[in-house]
Amino acid sequence: MKLTLKIWRQKNAAAKGAIQTYQLGGVDPDMSFLEMLDVLNEDLVGKGEEPVVFDHDCREGICGSCSLQINGEPHGPDRAITTCQLHMRKFNDGDTIVIEPFRAKAFPVIKDLVVDRSSFERIQQAGGYISVNTSGNTQDANSIPIPKEDADLAFFAATCIGCGACVAACKNASAMLFTSAKVSQMALLPQGKVEATKRVLAMVEQMDAEGFGNCTNTGACETECPKEISLENIARMNREYLKASIK
Amino acid sequence: MGKLDSKIPKGPLADKWTKHKNEINLVNPANKRNIDVIMVGTGLAGGSAAATLAELGYNVKTFCYQDSPRRAHSIAAQGGINAAKNYQGDGDSNYRLFYDTIKGGDYRSREANVYRLAEVSANIIDQCVAQGVPFAREYGGLLDNRSFGGVLVSRTFYAKGQTGQQLLLGAYSAMNRQINRGKIQSYTRHEMLDLVIVDGKARGIIARNLVTGEIERHSAHAVVIASGGYGNVFFLSTNAMGSNVTASWKIHKKGAFFANPCFTQIHPTCIPVSGEHQSKLTLMSESLRNDGRIWVPKKLEDAKAIREGRLKPTELKEEDRDYYLERRYPAFGNLVPRDVASRAAKERCDAGFGVNKTGEAVYLDFGSAFMRYGREAANTQHIENASEEQIKKLGQEVVEAKYGNLFQMYEKIVDQNPYETPMMIYPAVHYTMGGIWVDYNLETTIPGCFATGEANFSDHGANRLGASALMQGLADGYFVLPYTIGDYLSKDIRTGKISTDSPEFEEAENAVRAQLEKFVNNNGTKSVDHFHKRLGKIMWDKVGMSRNEVHLKEAISEIKALRQEFWQDVKVPGGTNEMNTELEKASRVADFLELGELFAKDALHRNESCGGHFREEYQTEEGEALRDDENFMYVAAWEYTGEPGDAVLHKEDLIYENIEVKQRSYK
Repeated sequence: MKLTLKIWRQKNAAAKGAIQTYQLGGVDPDMSFLEMLDVLNEDLVGKGEEPVVFDHDCREGICGSCSLQINGEPHGPDRAITTCQLHMRKFNDGDTIVIEPFRAKAFPVIKDLVVDRSSFERIQQAGGYISVNTSGNTQDANSIPIPKEDADLAFFAATCIGCGACVAACKNASAMLFTSAKVSQMALLPQGKVEATKRVLAMVEQMDAEGFGNCTNTGACETECPKEISLENIARMNREYLKASIK
Repeated sequence: MGKLDSKIPKGPLADKWTKHKNEINLVNPANKRNIDVIMVGTGLAGGSAAATLAELGYNVKTFCYQDSPRRAHSIAAQGGINAAKNYQGDGDSNYRLFYDTIKGGDYRSREANVYRLAEVSANIIDQCVAQGVPFAREYGGLLDNRSFGGVLVSRTFYAKGQTGQQLLLGAYSAMNRQINRGKIQSYTRHEMLDLVIVDGKARGIIARNLVTGEIERHSAHAVVIASGGYGNVFFLSTNAMGSNVTASWKIHKKGAFFANPCFTQIHPTCIPVSGEHQSKLTLMSESLRNDGRIWVPKKLEDAKAIREGRLKPTELKEEDRDYYLERRYPAFGNLVPRDVASRAAKERCDAGFGVNKTGEAVYLDFGSAFMRYGREAANTQHIENASEEQIKKLGQEVVEAKYGNLFQMYEKIVDQNPYETPMMIYPAVHYTMGGIWVDYNLETTIPGCFATGEANFSDHGANRLGASALMQGLADGYFVLPYTIGDYLSKDIRTGKISTDSPEFEEAENAVRAQLEKFVNNNGTKSVDHFHKRLGKIMWDKVGMSRNEVHLKEAISEIKALRQEFWQDVKVPGGTNEMNTELEKASRVADFLELGELFAKDALHRNESCGGHFREEYQTEEGEALRDDENFMYVAAWEYTGEPGDAVLHKEDLIYENIEVKQRSYK
């Protein structure tokens, strides 16, 4: 396949960025999208130019490192996958592909296609955990029975990989889907109940402080989420938040 | 024995750990506040250890090259974590878990360490559940278990095919709690590039801020390496792209012995290589072997027809299929340990029975599972006279509930629907069982420098059973290191803050700077990846799943030559004072080019086959691995003396007092 790639290049956080156009041949349909970028970079390095920098690591859809806005969509055209799982067979010979970083005020660009998602970290650090000592003196695991349905729902919320596609897809750059996934996981389990009030208030407060927008129920986040995290989590977080606010 | 003192406590096996914990020195809580610990790597081992150390009261600085500890490669582990809980009442016990692990390790791991691992395994599950890890549950609300390769009991706890993710997020949340309390300072997008030793003790590291390029000095009273394994020496592996040996290799060059570097685990169930462009390999969870049956065609002409696309696997009659694992190993069948399953697949493919274009794949077929589960579902749903099609569909739904995400992942990558046609799998490099030599306290041969999880060697041996890696990472991190390190730190309570202005820090920083400058000023002609791929090819062809003396000797000289060429001709665009991913890769590949040689040297000296290490000269008449317990029942710990090829061998004899050493058989 031959492709025309329009890629956002930006030297560093302070520099001004711009779209640059590259022609790339020799693309195999079985390549992943990131392997296609590897080929481009190999070319660039061969010419002594700096390669396009993008975040990636596990390349099997679970670490949440890879991002990329591909033709305007986070993680590209396919549903329920990350960019590293996107394969070039989804494109046609001769296509033009526009590749940009995830755009959000709370995700500043570091270089080229790499953004700083540490705002997500700080939301979790504000209370996205259960305060239990790691002493090994916890009660026997089976002494906390959990209905399978609840455990499954908690698990589905917990599968969020923290990639930020929900934010990039949202016209308000809201982090509600991400934050609600974490809040939901713990709201559904008996373990973290005692600090549920504190948790949801602290996490929402931090989310707002980071400069994420609000939720207007558009649902783009759910559509673009590589792990299909459900909008129900946002509803659950809202309920938790309301309960916590009137306590 | 020379310089190796394993410090295994005396006394009966089952009492060693309790006795040791009772006898090691403690640090007064008021003094812990004045003690700093550096943790390099924040996966299961590093993350859990950092959280626990901080909770105990130490000041912890964590370093990871990713933008968040939550992205450490532990997150990609799929199948599960073992624990001797005996919830299923199928006869499991600490002893049985210990026994299976030692046997799966082909008697090349330490009895005392492995027993301790089995002993604390049950605590890990309690800990994780308390943290809100959503393990799979039965309808009664209790935890569910499944069995895993090489084992006859159901002791594996899991969260669909994303167990590593959930366990890592548990450890990460424990870390977050400590970050929020100010007890952990988390340095993300930072890479350790050297260890600083002052007066013979590990006292800090030199790290590079990967965003600004700044070189930083960080001091501490102890340094822990938890940076994972080195499978990326093969270029193609199931490891994350950034996984590297640098932290381990730098401490090796500063005096830490590197043990059993050639012990690599080859995982039997990976998606096969499809072409030259591939950057990495993807693992399919081993749990699939519980229900999938592995086969190749019985006849060479059928295999050829399948490769050429003239015949579909579903068209091949039952009697024309060779379920070679069930044929060779009737007791364990498809559930034989990883090394056995991997080698058996290679043996069939080498004999010409491979089923993909390159002839390097076997089938993992769920056809019988669909029917078996389907019949059960038809019965429980009281569907009478269900048609074959209906049964198959019902069965597919059951399989989807169990492994749906894995089937989906396979389809995305291979572009084939595994519900319709059997999956193709082939072995790939997955986990490294060699690593930094540590004693019972997880301390390396450098005082004050510790190593945990995959970065150390201690509990692995030559082959490791499935669902043991997660167990070891968390055992080391939550329950072992935080206590054993106290013994060392108790001697350090009067030391006070450690200055980073000493000549040792200066020297280490200068050396790091010089290497980085050399890369960007080298003006060579070939990319870093070019060299990495060539190294990987030598490693896989000559130091991979099966090895022989001739090839190993060739590999050693080829790696030496490649290393020389790398330093002359590598090209790294960009500068040092900025984000420069090519520069990051160059540093890592430079270390792989040294490790690769030691790896081959270790494989060459070990004149026996065991577990994942297979020397063609040493096999039974039936083609099974032939150990030489008389001459090789030891840990090979290598001391760096200037060139990897000149490393000096130290032996730690492995003494089995509680277990009878016998030929491993899964027949």
